[in-house]
Amino acid sequence: MNVVESFGLGVSYRGTWALRDCTLAVPEGHIVALVGSNGAGKTTLLHCVVGLTTQTAGEITVLGGIEAGSPDALDRVAFVAQEAPLYRQITVRAMLTVAANLNQNFDRNLAETRLANLDIPLERRVGRLSGGQQAQLALALALARHPELLVLDEPLARLDPLARHEVMAVVMSTVAEEGLSVIFSSHVVSELERVADYLILMSHGRVQMVGAIDDLLARHVVLSGPTNEAESVADQLIVVQSQHAGRQTQFVARLDAPMEFPNGWLAESISLDELVLAYLRAPSASAMPGPLAVATNRAGR
Amino acid sequence: MIDKYNNSTGEGGPVSSVVFRLDPRSGVPTYLQLVQQVENAIRLGYLQRGDQLPRIKDVVVSLSINPNTVLKAYRDLEQKGLVGAHPGLGTFVEAAPETVGLPELTTLRRSLVTGWLREAAAAGLDEDGIAALFTSALLDFSNRSEERRPTRRPRRVVLDETGGAA
Repeated sequence: MNVVESFGLGVSYRGTWALRDCTLAVPEGHIVALVGSNGAGKTTLLHCVVGLTTQTAGEITVLGGIEAGSPDALDRVAFVAQEAPLYRQITVRAMLTVAANLNQNFDRNLAETRLANLDIPLERRVGRLSGGQQAQLALALALARHPELLVLDEPLARLDPLARHEVMAVVMSTVAEEGLSVIFSSHVVSELERVADYLILMSHGRVQMVGAIDDLLARHVVLSGPTNEAESVADQLIVVQSQHAGRQTQFVARLDAPMEFPNGWLAESISLDELVLAYLRAPSASAMPGPLAVATNRAGR
Repeated sequence: MIDKYNNSTGEGGPVSSVVFRLDPRSGVPTYLQLVQQVENAIRLGYLQRGDQLPRIKDVVVSLSINPNTVLKAYRDLEQKGLVGAHPGLGTFVEAAPETVGLPELTTLRRSLVTGWLREAAAAGLDEDGIAALFTSALLDFSNRSEERRPTRRPRRVVLDETGGAA
């Protein structure tokens, strides 16, 4: 089952495309990081997934073909927006009552247990909680619905390192217990590797790279060698980024098949940070192993 | 905070004797760091046959990492025959890692010194250069053997019915 599947998805706001030609197939059971520079279209894509934005073009389904934003989808997908959407004037307990009344299948006991574990007092006004506690409250409310897909928009922005760790720990342990799929957007590239196992990289409203992180890392290398041979080596590769420094040249390259490198060239494995940065710096480079499969599926239907 | 999670899921299970830590700057993939730490703990005797590895959920909470990463590490250890997974109970240490015999070590060492090291020195590498080259080659090598692993037959340790899960 694909938790998110989109085909030619596009959203335009007053004539400007915020998201364009987005074709994706994200299999279930992953923790998906959605990465891209500011204004790349991450939030727009997430809003399409949860049904807060209606697309201008194309189609998008969730959880194995349910139309995004349909009542069935809303029951099974939970979303926590960037500014944790909470009523700040009321107490935590009242917030739980509101959430219980607004949602079907709201597991209030679970939410209360979680909050107690985190030492968040039920009688305190939501606005008086710390940023980390507010994030935890929003997350507890989302998880109390036992979603199959949890969508988080910048869950870690504005949190201190300890709060980040604790928020991610809650998400990860819920994944371990309930096996839900998670999609979250983030700027904090260095923290992705421990958490995410699937990557969607966006730039300028388009999806630039999608895939299982292990796969993506295995398909890319950092190559360094003498500049005078750089051109002939580059011809055999798909170069994502090249840096020349006098006599030495360094490539970040994609390998579609295993290959032998000429003598004098050193191929090293790439880290996730390096990979993400290389693609962010080269918005025109694209590595799209995934979407082809979707396109052929569609053609076969 | 973390103790609370452990208590709420603890159900009085045995306390594991390995504590994981991650070095984000090592460049070694997270799951491999976990594998190496278990292997080291077994080598050093912190983990012995029959000991339980930390529950996946506990590792996930304490390091805030992806459960699949922990799962991958434990599967890897299982394939190596070092641990066995017992559904519903946990993952337990089954064997000590195969140590390389002294004669083999001596041979390997000799071939390193008289062969590669001498060549490297003759080519003009100093000690730091040799270490840097070796480390990068080793990293590359372990990454490649990772990709090949599924085709290699895992070394299996036969589990005696009484001892394993006890």
